[in-house]
Amino acid sequence: MKKQPNKNRALVLNALHGSKRYLLLAAVEVILAILTLYCTSYVTSYALDYVLLGDDPSLPGWLFRFLTAHSSITKTFWFCALMFFVFTVLNGLFTFLRRRNVSLASEQMAKKMRDVLYRHLNAVPYHYHKNVSTGDLVQRCTSDVDTVRRFISNQLMEIVRIVVMFVTALVMMLLIDWRMALISMVTLPILSTLSFVYFRYVRKYFAEADEAEGALSTAIQENLTGVRVVRAFGQQRSEYDKFTELNKDYRKKNVFLNRLMAYYWSGSDAIGYLQIALTLVFGVIFYVRTHGTPDAFTLGNIYLFVSLTNRLTWPVRQLGRILADLGKATVSLNRLNEILDAEAEKEPGKDLKDVSLEGDITFDHVCFGYDAPNDVLDDISFTVHAGQTVAILGSTGSGKSSLVQLLQRLYTTTSGTISLAGTPINDIDHETLRKNIAIVLQEPFLYSRTIRENIQLVRPDASEEELFAAAKEAAVHDVILQFADGYDTIVGERGVTLSGGQQQRVAIARALMQNAPILIFDDSMSAVDTETDAKIRESLRARRGKGILFLISHRITTLCEADVILVLEHGKLVQMGTHESLMQEDGLYRRIAEIQDAPKKGGEVA
Amino acid sequence: MSMDNEQDFQGQKVDLKLWKRLFRYALRNKKALVQDIIALVIVAVIDALYPYLTRFAIDTFVNPGGEPSTNGVWIFGISYAVLILVQSFFTMLFIKRSGDIEMAISYDIRQEAFLHLQNLSFSFYDKTSVGYLMARMVSDIGRISEMISWSMVDVFWSSFYIVFSIVMMFVFNWKLTLIVLAVVPPLAIISYILQKAILKYQRAARKQNSRITGAFNEGIMGAMTTKTLVREEANAKEFETISTDMKKASVKAQVLSATFFPIIISLSAIATAVALMLGGAAVNATLSGLPYFLGAITAGTLVSFITYASGLFDPIQNLAGIFAELQSAQASAERVIGLLDTKSDITDTPEVAARYGTTMEPKRENWEPLIGEITFSHVDFYYKESEPLLKDFNLHIAPGETIALVGETGAGKSTIVNLICRFYEPVSGQILIDGKDYRERSELWLQSNLGYVLQQPHLFSGTIRDNIRFGRPDATDAEVAAAAKMVHADEFILHQAKGYDTDVGEGGVRLSTGQKQLISFARVILANPQIFVLDEATSSIDTETEQIIQNAITTVLEGRTSIVVAHRLSTIRNADRILVIRNGAITECGTHEELLALGGYYHDLYVHQFREDALKQALQ
Repeated sequence: MKKQPNKNRALVLNALHGSKRYLLLAAVEVILAILTLYCTSYVTSYALDYVLLGDDPSLPGWLFRFLTAHSSITKTFWFCALMFFVFTVLNGLFTFLRRRNVSLASEQMAKKMRDVLYRHLNAVPYHYHKNVSTGDLVQRCTSDVDTVRRFISNQLMEIVRIVVMFVTALVMMLLIDWRMALISMVTLPILSTLSFVYFRYVRKYFAEADEAEGALSTAIQENLTGVRVVRAFGQQRSEYDKFTELNKDYRKKNVFLNRLMAYYWSGSDAIGYLQIALTLVFGVIFYVRTHGTPDAFTLGNIYLFVSLTNRLTWPVRQLGRILADLGKATVSLNRLNEILDAEAEKEPGKDLKDVSLEGDITFDHVCFGYDAPNDVLDDISFTVHAGQTVAILGSTGSGKSSLVQLLQRLYTTTSGTISLAGTPINDIDHETLRKNIAIVLQEPFLYSRTIRENIQLVRPDASEEELFAAAKEAAVHDVILQFADGYDTIVGERGVTLSGGQQQRVAIARALMQNAPILIFDDSMSAVDTETDAKIRESLRARRGKGILFLISHRITTLCEADVILVLEHGKLVQMGTHESLMQEDGLYRRIAEIQDAPKKGGEVA
Repeated sequence: MSMDNEQDFQGQKVDLKLWKRLFRYALRNKKALVQDIIALVIVAVIDALYPYLTRFAIDTFVNPGGEPSTNGVWIFGISYAVLILVQSFFTMLFIKRSGDIEMAISYDIRQEAFLHLQNLSFSFYDKTSVGYLMARMVSDIGRISEMISWSMVDVFWSSFYIVFSIVMMFVFNWKLTLIVLAVVPPLAIISYILQKAILKYQRAARKQNSRITGAFNEGIMGAMTTKTLVREEANAKEFETISTDMKKASVKAQVLSATFFPIIISLSAIATAVALMLGGAAVNATLSGLPYFLGAITAGTLVSFITYASGLFDPIQNLAGIFAELQSAQASAERVIGLLDTKSDITDTPEVAARYGTTMEPKRENWEPLIGEITFSHVDFYYKESEPLLKDFNLHIAPGETIALVGETGAGKSTIVNLICRFYEPVSGQILIDGKDYRERSELWLQSNLGYVLQQPHLFSGTIRDNIRFGRPDATDAEVAAAAKMVHADEFILHQAKGYDTDVGEGGVRLSTGQKQLISFARVILANPQIFVLDEATSSIDTETEQIIQNAITTVLEGRTSIVVAHRLSTIRNADRILVIRNGAITECGTHEELLALGGYYHDLYVHQFREDALKQALQ
């Protein structure tokens, strides 16, 4: 799981495609910001040396010559003040630009990653979603992307910044006095090592504190969701005691973690300040020792060295944290790549787009399975003629749903052929195929938008009449009108929660809207009451002959009207016929019919 | 109560009363608080001393215009180092104490809130989502404690640092000080305004973030339907507009907060530049022995002024930031206080509590044994006044009797159960247990004698043994095993790798629904209550487990007063009495045979149920 550096890099680079220039600009701006920042220190040093004391201000020769040539302006404090102000404003400007560009790049990258993930999660095969946890996927697509984004936007530039700061400061100091340069940086290795060691060491305790928080949250959550059980057993006291334990543990872990932070920050504070003191004291000594010599260490130099030391010391303390964050970003990228590793759906055949699908449906020795090649459907063969209504009856797990889902190629057969109007479905482009087959799933999903939008999903341009007609056919029109916002009622997470039956009926209306030659109801009226069920069946009857209709159901009233009834048991097609013919045979169909008929026939119930 | 979790403060005023009340939690830790503040003051004073040291070094050793000397430089260096070590000790101390205080506050508020939640009535729980409460208990409380303890650091350090710096500057040169300080008020005001604006935009970005989460959630949950409708491309397009909005909002927030820095440092640069210009001129004049309106200034003073001037802005920003943050945390504070102040609808009267004890400190020695006779006497009940549920409801249940409640959803079955359990109390009328109004005894007295199995069995994290033992934490392992055996749960338990010590996972996720149900029956058996309430599950379980569960039910019902919201024919048939509840009233009442003979609602229901059961079996 950890060996995917190339993939991770590719993912980031892909997502950064088109916004890399922002990052490059930002890097340039980091450099400019640091240079202008150092210039402000230089200005003060210049003011002290040249303007105040008339000494050589340790500037490059050409610049110094230029400045002395205009000494009436440049040898004044107001000139220094102006320069100080100008450089500070420039520093602010470059810092602003850097942050703006980094934010443009990292947000664009995050957006791209999200888009890619979303698209991918829609492109993976149907069965992928049967085995995943929504919560986990959402978590990855949101917080893991965010971790990567934060790394690019904060830590990446911080690394550049620290490196540039260090190198420039080193060069500046070396040009003035190499001995003082060494003295001014002597603690940096200690500080950076300490930082790495500390952040590595503390990781474990961070994890422990997180776990303690997790345990605490779980306890609260379980207490709240189980409030009835807690009360009914009168266990408030023991719950409180349990909570107290976890709360104490949480406090203890965090107090400890905070102790570690207290030691680190105060300790590194001390080292940082000692470094500054060291620079100051040695600066003074160097000044006194070299006073009056041509290569004198000046007052301005002391100021400059102290100021550079000050600027360099503090960011170094964060180095270890950056490294720790790099680890986090890598873990996140791995988790994202795991999602992207799943293969997208592919066209298994000729990818035909312009084919007529109005005609017979033929299943020819079709087998299908997940673990074994035929453990779901085993050697299914039958033909349905255009205009027929087909009903499917089968026990739980007999393969009914899989059979109709194969038609839309949500799964592909392991062997055998399914043909539509003579064309094997594997050769038909999946978009063409699915648009011509409307299916209502057992547990249909409604999108969190208006009812109108949900029904018109496949045909947003449909007229109001068509919309109402479909809703009426699905016997849901009147229900919708009862909502305060009618067809504009928002359903789902952010809106009204519809009952199971209502959801099914909206989904039926949506499927009817599709005007597809093949219509499939996968036990789509299981939550609908018998009366409404009858109404929907009646409207479906009016559609008869216009296309092929598949009905999965175990209601005899629904089954008996079909032209062909298929009975499945353990993945095998065991019976096929009409209501009349199947009633003559001993089998599941007759058994079910008898059960459902039984009470009407007499009082032999108790 | 279904409020948005991402609540806004929308420029509301900081309610000081609220914060004062929360601050009282910090005051409980007087010793830590005093240490914290002392440490912060010392750290701030030393911070304000550093520029003075620089000034000293320059004026004494460098001595511009005079003769430089290193006399005493080592003593200076050592004193400097000592000061640093002292400061770092106090830095450590204030970080420690602030952390201690933060944890103490969150610990105390959580304890109090949790305790409070244990006593709140069901009228509260029924209209408050667990998610809402979790957000209060975890993030809001965390945020408030952090706010209180660490903003104290900002307040004390910043104000003391500012005060001491100004004092030092005044001592060095009061005229120059006044000039430099002129930029402070505009700086503070601009900082405050900007920080508020930044928080506002950050909130807008967070809102977009929850939209993204929602979109992913929908995209993943609806992925299968999306495929059947060939909506992949359309959905992705829609998602892209959301992710673009998100990007725009985030960039906007970040760009705005990026403007903060240049504006503030430019303003502060004015102060430094003025110090450099006027101070520099003054030093020049001093060195040349000329008069200047600022008076005599040494080079060391000039350098220290430059340092003070540029050092003032951090603390000012901090102080301005605290107000902005207090405003944004205001909503969290209100919600937490709101939770703590919620009153429970059901409480024991002081007299009852005095005799029977409280939920946390029960006086079990005063408890009468519960026999199990339940009487509803002229009970009226509603959740909302406009929708009465029970009107003049009367019912007598004899000790040991098994009552099956049947009827449609919303007919009032759960209400009856809620009333018996005293999750709710009658609006008028009385419910008598063993002949005495149950309000005359403590809630815990009744509930400790109650067994309750829900439709959706609820298990807690921990082992199977912990869960069975839930109602009687002191039960021995043998008693746990005996209870499990009685409901035939031991068979599947012993098949688990770790037997009774198997971890059930959060909420029992590692077990099937049927197994969870069996454990919840064992739990009841072990608690051995006098009154047993069962809300039967409608969900289908495999035939074998179904059979075991039916046997378990029979075992549990035996010899106790039982009220069952029944769905299973076997349970219904075996009840001593069946009550058909329709619109909050008993419409049919009698044994199975009697009601069947009546040919009414029960008859139809039974026939329908019978058919469904048969169908289910045929299709298995």
